[in-house]
Amino acid sequence: MTTQAHLDSLPAGTELQPGLVAVAMSGGVDSSTVAALLLQHGRPIVGLTMQLWNQRRLPELQGDGPAQHRCCSLDDVYDAKRVAQHLSFPHYVVNFEEQFEQRVVRPFVEQYLAGRTPIACTNCNTDVKFEPLLRMARQIGAERLATGHYARIRKNETTDRYQLLRARDDSKDQSYFLWGLRQDQLSRSEFPLGELTKEEVRHFARSVHLPVAEKPESMELCFVPNGNYVQFIHAFAREEGQPVQDKEGDIVTEDGTVLGRHSGVHNYTIGQRKGLGFTTGKPIYVLAIDPENNRVIVGEDNALRATTFEIETVNWVSIEEPTVPLRAQVKIRHKHEPAAGMIEALPGLRARITFDSPQRAITPGQAAVAYNGDIVLAGGWIK
Amino acid sequence: MKRIYLDHNATTPVDPAVLEAMLPHFSGEFGNASSIHTFGQRARAAVETAREHVAALLNARPQEIIFTSGGTESDNHAIFGVTAASFSASTSSSSPHIITSSIEHEAVLNTCQALEKQGVAVTYLPVSRKGLIDLETLREAMRPETVLITLMHANNELGTIQLLAEIGSIAAQHDVYFHTDAVQSVGKIPVDVKAFHLDLLSLSGHKIYAPKGVGAIYVKGGTPLRQLLYGGHHQRGFRPGTENVAGIVGLGKAAEISRLSLDSDAPRISALRDHLEQGLLSRIPDSRVNAATAPRTPNTSNITFSGIDGEALIIALDLKGLACSTGAACSSGAVEPSHVLTAIGLPAAEARASIRFSLGRCTSAAEIDAALELVPAAVARLRQISPTYKKEVSAHH
Repeated sequence: MTTQAHLDSLPAGTELQPGLVAVAMSGGVDSSTVAALLLQHGRPIVGLTMQLWNQRRLPELQGDGPAQHRCCSLDDVYDAKRVAQHLSFPHYVVNFEEQFEQRVVRPFVEQYLAGRTPIACTNCNTDVKFEPLLRMARQIGAERLATGHYARIRKNETTDRYQLLRARDDSKDQSYFLWGLRQDQLSRSEFPLGELTKEEVRHFARSVHLPVAEKPESMELCFVPNGNYVQFIHAFAREEGQPVQDKEGDIVTEDGTVLGRHSGVHNYTIGQRKGLGFTTGKPIYVLAIDPENNRVIVGEDNALRATTFEIETVNWVSIEEPTVPLRAQVKIRHKHEPAAGMIEALPGLRARITFDSPQRAITPGQAAVAYNGDIVLAGGWIK
Repeated sequence: MKRIYLDHNATTPVDPAVLEAMLPHFSGEFGNASSIHTFGQRARAAVETAREHVAALLNARPQEIIFTSGGTESDNHAIFGVTAASFSASTSSSSPHIITSSIEHEAVLNTCQALEKQGVAVTYLPVSRKGLIDLETLREAMRPETVLITLMHANNELGTIQLLAEIGSIAAQHDVYFHTDAVQSVGKIPVDVKAFHLDLLSLSGHKIYAPKGVGAIYVKGGTPLRQLLYGGHHQRGFRPGTENVAGIVGLGKAAEISRLSLDSDAPRISALRDHLEQGLLSRIPDSRVNAATAPRTPNTSNITFSGIDGEALIIALDLKGLACSTGAACSSGAVEPSHVLTAIGLPAAEARASIRFSLGRCTSAAEIDAALELVPAAVARLRQISPTYKKEVSAHH
C-alpha cells in the first residue's frame, strides 16, 4: 500500500470518534506525525508534552554539552512547541516529574539494586502516559489520547473487548512495552502510526514540512542523560542518601566453585559474557545475580537456557483470563524473536509459560508478552 | 474566540498612551541620551522626564531612581549591591546577615541563596496563614551583623500586602538597610518610600502597562551600592549601558498614568475581584480564597478548588479562552509546586488545587461574568474525573 493509502485508512474507528483528541508529544518525529495526521483527518487536537525529569538533577551525569535528544530535555519541549506552532494547534507542557519519579525511576532503581534487569518504558506507559496523562487529557476536555506508539488497538465487536495488536511494521513494533494497558485505558487511546512503517512516517513528516522530520531516534532511557544507567543508579542512590555499596565478591559456578571476583553485583546482567575478568576453556555467561549472598553465578550456555518460568502482575490484555492453557508465541525481551509455547493462568495475577524448546537468558525484571499472531494475549514481569 | 485575560500579575498589555509616548523614540527621536548634540539632548530630556514621573509615583526624588532592565535586575542589584558595599565597609570579621521571607519572588530568593554560597547568612522568615510576616519574629531575627532586610511589598501569588511602614521602622531603629520588591504593588496600591522608611525598592515596567525589558530601582540618597555591571558613566555609573530610551519613556508614562488613575482604578478593580470571588465560592462547593482576610492588592485572587489539578484547570480554561495561572512557570512552561502556598501552610494537594486570577485596568464586568460561567463548568468536569474528589456525583448519571 502507498503511504497515501495508509493515511486515508487510519485504524478502524479512528475517524469516527468525535471530540477533542489530546496528542502526547515528545518532540520527536513519531508523535509530531500523529498530530499532523489527526489534523489532516479533521480532528481537533491539543498537544501535551510531559515534563518528566528535571535534567538539572544529578548534574554529575551531564556531559560537557547540553543534553540532546532525550525525551525530557528542553530542546524536545521546544521541538514539540515548534511543531504545534507550525501546524497551529494548542500545546501545553504538563509537569509529571513527581509521578515519573515515584512510578518509574524509583522502581527502576530498586529493581536494579535487587539484582533484576528492569524496563522503565512499560511502567511509564502503564502508570504515567495512560494514567495521569490520560486523566489530564480527559479533564481538559479531550475524549481520547493519541500517542506515537507503533501498535494497534482494535475492538472485538463480539466480545466488546479492546484488543492490543502488534504494529504493521514489525521492526518498529512497541506492543512489548504496552502489555500493562487495561480496557479502560485502551478504550480511550489511539495509535495512529500502527499501520505505518517508519519510512512512511518520515515521508509524511517531510511532506507536511514538520520541523522535526529529520530528527534522529532517541534510543536511550530518557532520564539517563548520558546513556550510562549504572552511573545514573549510583548517582540517584547517592542523592537519596543510600549510596550503592559496590562490594566485591565471588563469581561462582552453580555448584559453588569460585572462578573469579566481581566488582559489585550491580555491574552484571544475565546473559553477559564479556568483562567477567577471567577465561576458561569455554564461553561462560552470567546465569544469575544473587545480591543477598553478594555472588554472581555463571555457567555455560546450556545452563542459561530454560523452558518454563513464571510471570507476575499479569495483565490479560485482549482476552478474558483463560481457564485452560493456551498456545502462544512469547517474547521475553524487546528484541527477542517470539518463541512458541503455552501460557497458563495461575492464581494471584500470575501465569506459567512453558516454551516448546529452551530459551536463552530468561531475565528477572524483564517482561514476557504472549501473542496469538498479532494479538497481545497477556504480559507480566518475569519472576 | 474572544480571549479573556485574568493574568495581569504575570504581565500587562502596554497602555495605548504608553505606546504612543514611546513610538517617536524608535525612529525620529532616536538619540543616545549620553550624546552632546541635539539628538542626544532630546533623548536625555525624555529620560529625565520619565525619571521624574517614576519618582513622583514613589514619593522619591528623581536622582534616587536608576533605570534597569526589569524587576529581576533591580532585585539583584539592590541585594548584591548593598551587601557587597556593607561587606567591604565592615571592619568586623563576621559575615554579614540578611533577613528575607519564605514567600519572596525567585529573583530575591535565588539572589539570597547565591549570597549564602558566598558565606552570607540569610534568615528566611516564615509567614502566617494569611501570608504575613510577624513583626516580633522579625525583631527576634535581627543580629548585630544584619545588614539588610529585603521583604516584598505585595505577593505575586496571593496579593497579600506586608506592613512595610512598621517593618521600615524596625529596620531604621536597628540601622539596617531596607529593600522591598514592589513589583506587584506599584501601580496597584499607594507606595511611599518615605512613609515605608525604604532605602531600596524594585519595580518592573511590564507589570504596570509599560513594556517588558525596563524597570527601575529606587536608591535612597547616601545608600552605598556596589554596581553590578561595569561600563560607561551612564546613570552616574550605577548602571552603565546606553539607556533604553523608548522603554524608559514608556515606564515614565506608565508611572504617570498609574499615579493619576490609582484612586479610581483600585476600587473598581477590587469590586470586580470581589464579585468574581463571591460568584465562584457560591457556585463551586469546596472552594476557598487563600489569604482572604489579609490586606490584599485589589486585583489578585488565589482560590483553592479542592480535589482538582490546578495545572489541568489552567489548560482547560485556556482552551475555552480564559487565561489565568498557577504558581510560577519554569523554563519549559510546566507548572512547579508553589513555594508561596506551601509557606502559608497549604498541604501539597491543596497547593496543587489552587489557581490565581489577577485582574487589570481593562478587565470588564462582562469578562468576570463570562469567567463565572467558564470556571464552574471546568471545575465540575475536572472533579468528575478526579481520583481524589468523590463527594460530588454528577447529576447527569
